[in-house]
Amino acid sequence: MAMTRQKVLDQYFMDARHKLIDVAAFLDRVERAEGDADFRLDAFKDAMKRLDGGGADRANDVLMAFSDPTEEPINKASGKGACGAWTGKVE
Amino acid sequence: MRFIEPHAHMVSRTTDDYVDMATAGCVALCEPAFWAGFDRGSADGFRDYFRQLTEYEPRRAANYGIKHYTWLCINPKESEDMALAADVLSVIPEFMDCPNVLGIGEIGLNKNSRNELRVLEQHVDLAASHDHLILVHTPHLEDKHKGTRLILDVIKNDSRINPERVMIDHVEEHTIGMVLDAGHWGGMTLYPESKCSPARAIDMIERFGSDRLWWDAACDWGPSVPLAVPRTACEMRRRGHDEKLIEKVIFENPKQFLSQCERFQVDYT
Repeated sequence: MAMTRQKVLDQYFMDARHKLIDVAAFLDRVERAEGDADFRLDAFKDAMKRLDGGGADRANDVLMAFSDPTEEPINKASGKGACGAWTGKVE
Repeated sequence: MRFIEPHAHMVSRTTDDYVDMATAGCVALCEPAFWAGFDRGSADGFRDYFRQLTEYEPRRAANYGIKHYTWLCINPKESEDMALAADVLSVIPEFMDCPNVLGIGEIGLNKNSRNELRVLEQHVDLAASHDHLILVHTPHLEDKHKGTRLILDVIKNDSRINPERVMIDHVEEHTIGMVLDAGHWGGMTLYPESKCSPARAIDMIERFGSDRLWWDAACDWGPSVPLAVPRTACEMRRRGHDEKLIEKVIFENPKQFLSQCERFQVDYT
């Protein structure tokens, strides 16, 4: 069953609004801070551009904007964690 | 409401979590072997962990009427050390006849390295040699899409593996399609900060259908919610979905996949 657009707005608008303002505040916080940013900020801004597109595949598009696009395995895992955005360097 | 929690790292949870899960309707849970938050120093550390998963944790769950099942492996986070991985792979067969062991898992990749891939292939070979079910962990965040593709290639290259006997966990919008297209099952992990939110998990059920999909909390020692599955069921109810579909996602689907191992029994009616 599919919800009507009105019901989607009724159920999720406040939550989405809250998260969008949090994103805006995050960007303001980064702007106010001193020092250099790294590749994550560029990736974040690039991902935000994917929100402007039409269609109903924005979640996929944003996830892909943060993803490593290379195909070969890396030579060695230097650590355990992931940082959320591809560094842009082929390892 | 009754539900199966198909992926929960209960060794890192308190007894209060068992109480809450039982109260919410959990009748069975499955605990894949995972990383302890630090690298174990030897295969003996894994032997102790596997005893915890096959002896102690089932008793703890049974105190609250929950059936406890498990999956064994060396987690991909520790697979960079090929010598350790070989030692652990030699220990696993000692435990495969334990009554609560369902198969090999959660295997997979973490940083998509060559050593991780080799250890994944060795696990897949072990599973194929003994016709075990497979539970796969897909990498986190920026590594997930590439890692999922590499994992699917490894499985596809072993002709002994029936795709329907493989669960690929932690799918998101950019990986769910390729997993289902390959004939596997897909798991959506409900985390408060990463992986998948309840709303997105329901979106994916609405977009991709409810076949060969389950939800899990994967609750561990990080930010995670043991009641994520029943909470998402409540969210699905808020959207107006009927009880039959909700029960399919949170009970019938995991039961269908897990029952491919005859040891998995849920007698709840």
